[in-house]
Amino acid sequence: MTMPEPTVSLEIFRYQPDGGGPSTFQRYQVPYHEDWVVLDAINYIKDQLDGTLAYRWSCRMGVCGSCGMMINGVPKLSCATFLKEYYPHPIRVEPLANFPIERDLVIVLDDFMKKLSQVQPWIVRAAEPPLSAGEYRQTPEQLDQYKQFSMCLNCMLCYAACPMYGLKPLFLGPAAIALAHRYNLDSRDEGRASRQDVLANEHGVWDCTLVGECTTVCPADVDPAAAIQQIKLSTAVDWIKRALRPGGGA
Amino acid sequence: MKALVRPMPILWWLRSRAYVLFMVRELTSVLIAAYLVVFLIFLQRIAGGPSSYERYLHWLAQPAVLAFHLVALAAALYHSVTWLQLTPMTVVIRLRDRRVPAATIVAANFAVWGALSVLILWLIVGT
Repeated sequence: MTMPEPTVSLEIFRYQPDGGGPSTFQRYQVPYHEDWVVLDAINYIKDQLDGTLAYRWSCRMGVCGSCGMMINGVPKLSCATFLKEYYPHPIRVEPLANFPIERDLVIVLDDFMKKLSQVQPWIVRAAEPPLSAGEYRQTPEQLDQYKQFSMCLNCMLCYAACPMYGLKPLFLGPAAIALAHRYNLDSRDEGRASRQDVLANEHGVWDCTLVGECTTVCPADVDPAAAIQQIKLSTAVDWIKRALRPGGGA
Repeated sequence: MKALVRPMPILWWLRSRAYVLFMVRELTSVLIAAYLVVFLIFLQRIAGGPSSYERYLHWLAQPAVLAFHLVALAAALYHSVTWLQLTPMTVVIRLRDRRVPAATIVAANFAVWGALSVLILWLIVGT
């Protein structure tokens, strides 16, 4: 007689916009393997149990940032979250919080994409030198200034962790601000002044009340909360400089 | 295709320990503001002459008012300590191309806070 194969229970959020009816949780019993991550279990459901389940994933190695989900209420990359962290308890999987839901575990990305482009996450130059002038050079020390903030995967876990984004959807949000900071700190960039329009306005850094959960959930150790606080400081210094300048005023 | 929007529940801050601690930290500001009101009235009573000052001192000596001061002090300490612990996030200092460690920045903040507190204590008690 063989031992029955151990299983783990997944409660998955379901929403079918064309199927009518409200959202529900559907329970699936999935084989338990110690080396399986939540994404493996969801792929098993899709392949073996229920082909109608919709979700995003790609690299399954913590690089692409596509498979972010709420796992027992915490935003995580499902490819980096092992079943053994929860086994034998059931695992509840929901789409990332604070975003509209397109279908099942798939969220609507439009708002984040719009905000990302608003901060001009590329090197901005006052004047582009000709190609023949060669590449922009940078020392390792200059790279070190912004490297941490350049590691963002655009996985949006930080937006799902941020209650301020949930309460004030116009807030520019952690990842977009961290990327703005990444380019502001880059020795090759000259775009800080133009980024300030979106960073220093009412829905920029000042909407952040420093809950700090964006940094806690970040799978790439970007520390968006630090980026936001550093921009608050530099923006405040700008303001003081303007106020002190003769004939300046705020 | 209609996207589903799930509104934030009013008790969203009970979802995680981190959110609860955040709310506690925010609410300490209310107690600190209340203390400042008591303190401003105190200054006004001093300006109002000896009898008005004495009456206020009498009111301040009530057990409930003393208890309020203790709670407000605890709130102020919690807020200050957690605030100073967060300073390395904001303050980036580089010395000889090396970033000054977070613990050093926190320690420096606590040292300045301690020194200012001793100075104020000396001004009140010592002179």
